[in-house]
Amino acid sequence: MTQREKQMNEFQQSKSPQMSALSTPADLLGTMMLIRAYEQTLPELGFKMVCTSVGQEASATGVVQALGSEDLILTNHRSAGHLIARGADPGRMLAEVMGRSTGYCKGKSGTLHISIKELGVVLTSTIVGGELSLATGVALSQQQLGREGIVACFFGDGAATEGVFHESVNLAAVWNLPVLYVCENNQWQAYVSRRETMRTDHISDWAAKYGMEALTVDGNDVEGVHAAARGAVAKVKSTGRPFFLETYTYRMHGHMEADDQAYVDPNELAAWAARDPIRQFQQRLLREGLLTEVEVGRIEARVRSRMEAAVAFASSSPYPELAELTTEVYA
Amino acid sequence: MSHITVEEAISQALAEEMRRDSRVIMFGEGVATKQNGLVKEFGAARVRNTPLAEGIIAGTAAGAAATGLRPVVDLLFAPFLTFAMEEIVNSAGKLRYISGGQFSFPMVAMVRTGSGWGVGAQHNHNNESWFVHAPGLKVVMPSRPADFKGLLKAAIRDDNPVLFFQDLSLGYEAGECSDGDDIVPLGKAAMLREGSDVTLIAYAKTVGTCLKAADRLAELGIAAQVIDLRTLKPLDEETILNAVRRTGRAIVVHEASRMCGVGAEVAAILSEKAFWALKSPVIRLTGPDAPPPASFPLEQAFAPQPDAIVEVAASLVNGCQADASERQLALA
Repeated sequence: MTQREKQMNEFQQSKSPQMSALSTPADLLGTMMLIRAYEQTLPELGFKMVCTSVGQEASATGVVQALGSEDLILTNHRSAGHLIARGADPGRMLAEVMGRSTGYCKGKSGTLHISIKELGVVLTSTIVGGELSLATGVALSQQQLGREGIVACFFGDGAATEGVFHESVNLAAVWNLPVLYVCENNQWQAYVSRRETMRTDHISDWAAKYGMEALTVDGNDVEGVHAAARGAVAKVKSTGRPFFLETYTYRMHGHMEADDQAYVDPNELAAWAARDPIRQFQQRLLREGLLTEVEVGRIEARVRSRMEAAVAFASSSPYPELAELTTEVYA
Repeated sequence: MSHITVEEAISQALAEEMRRDSRVIMFGEGVATKQNGLVKEFGAARVRNTPLAEGIIAGTAAGAAATGLRPVVDLLFAPFLTFAMEEIVNSAGKLRYISGGQFSFPMVAMVRTGSGWGVGAQHNHNNESWFVHAPGLKVVMPSRPADFKGLLKAAIRDDNPVLFFQDLSLGYEAGECSDGDDIVPLGKAAMLREGSDVTLIAYAKTVGTCLKAADRLAELGIAAQVIDLRTLKPLDEETILNAVRRTGRAIVVHEASRMCGVGAEVAAILSEKAFWALKSPVIRLTGPDAPPPASFPLEQAFAPQPDAIVEVAASLVNGCQADASERQLALA
């Protein structure tokens, strides 16, 4: 294999690039439930300094399941949903949160920066906006090395107020880079309401001005997100140009689990709780007869047993050797 | 061998590395405009202009480096690095470790700094020690054309992020340089002049200053050694320690400000590991704790000059340590 072929194959699995199969309702529901169960397990185990995406599962699931195995992901500190939807093992994720050597990053990342090369997850950035500044470079590699995969970059409305957001979308537009920007507009930026920080309600309005197609969808409707994301992925692949997808959603928990959200209007929380992406999807599937109570029960049981196995695996995994303290600083 | 300038050495290194490895790509503010020869040879896809936005330039380099390219980016002037600190320090420098070794970041960020052009403090700031202090990065700051070429080639081939500082005043300095594929390894200092009485340790423009001082010291009967650090991280402790163990006296000379500068690290290493060989305190001659001025005489006064080195070295060798320390304080 030539060096160039090796480079091309590094992030490309054997499957030839094509449109990912349309996920079934059971897939979508099961993935969302697993994300919810994983994120609820963290505080139960005593991890309160974690940033969860409870309420945003439809956005993560709908988009990630629209990607092909050759596509790459960069995401932010609320990344558990993206990783699980990508097929990450909750046991190895949990091991990483617990600082165990079996974690995806050998315990050196913790909850906030998990990357998984074998799944094409290049980065979880805890620096808000870090994913945006690297995404253009990852896309440049794809373009320059002739790889098929596109780059999906997940970030929030908070990151959109950072200067580097504007630098990133502008450069991707100017250089025709294959980036699918996914802005999960969850209405909260750490402890500040989005409405205090911007004059627009839709960040897609900003992105469109930089010269790319931009769309806002209901981020709590998993099938709607999935359909829009499939269209967006197809467009990036066929044009080689960036696309901006905004999923309008809500962060149901605090900035981190230790945050009691005392500053959030209870009416606002209740209104969004009524639109819980998992419950509303499940109810619709049952109502329309697309899924039975028994099938839902089976999905729930599978999620429970996966999480039990994950906790058992992570808790029984060893901590890294102390010699690991200074390894892998330099290549 | 050819007689070439630093600027020519840099251009040769870039062209040779881009020819050797198709993964090497270059972009930055005005790169394609200024490096027209590279655009002609390698095409507009590999040599690109960018917006004037250092954050995204450095971030794009880091992302590209993590996924198979070997980018070289030109960020123009060292003070502009403040816009790219996030991408260089938090991403390129840390993500190899954070990812448990899954990703590496083979990239080079080139910047210019130093007195000589009167550009003032927002274009001239010798901030190299900020990056020496940051984990995961390497830092290079050469003084001679052959080292600019050989170290830039080594930096491009290295699998880690390398900050490549170019002293503005050296751009048109000429010197002998190999026409071949000569690599100068990162982390190796150069002993430019042997001497038994005192060791002068410098990098970038102060190497020339030290060589001038050594000539004058020779006239006074004092044999000064001159070491060019060339790479600031990893620092070549072995060469420094071996040299100072022989002379017993050391003066570290750099243009960057004193506190927590590279000279502080060199002095600390010498006191920790060569204390019993020292005949006098290790002295630092550095720029002051002030923003670099634009006015020519002030700018020249900012960087250590040969007179000060001669004076301090002579007093160390003649046993007037108190004078040397006071002289050092007066300069601070």
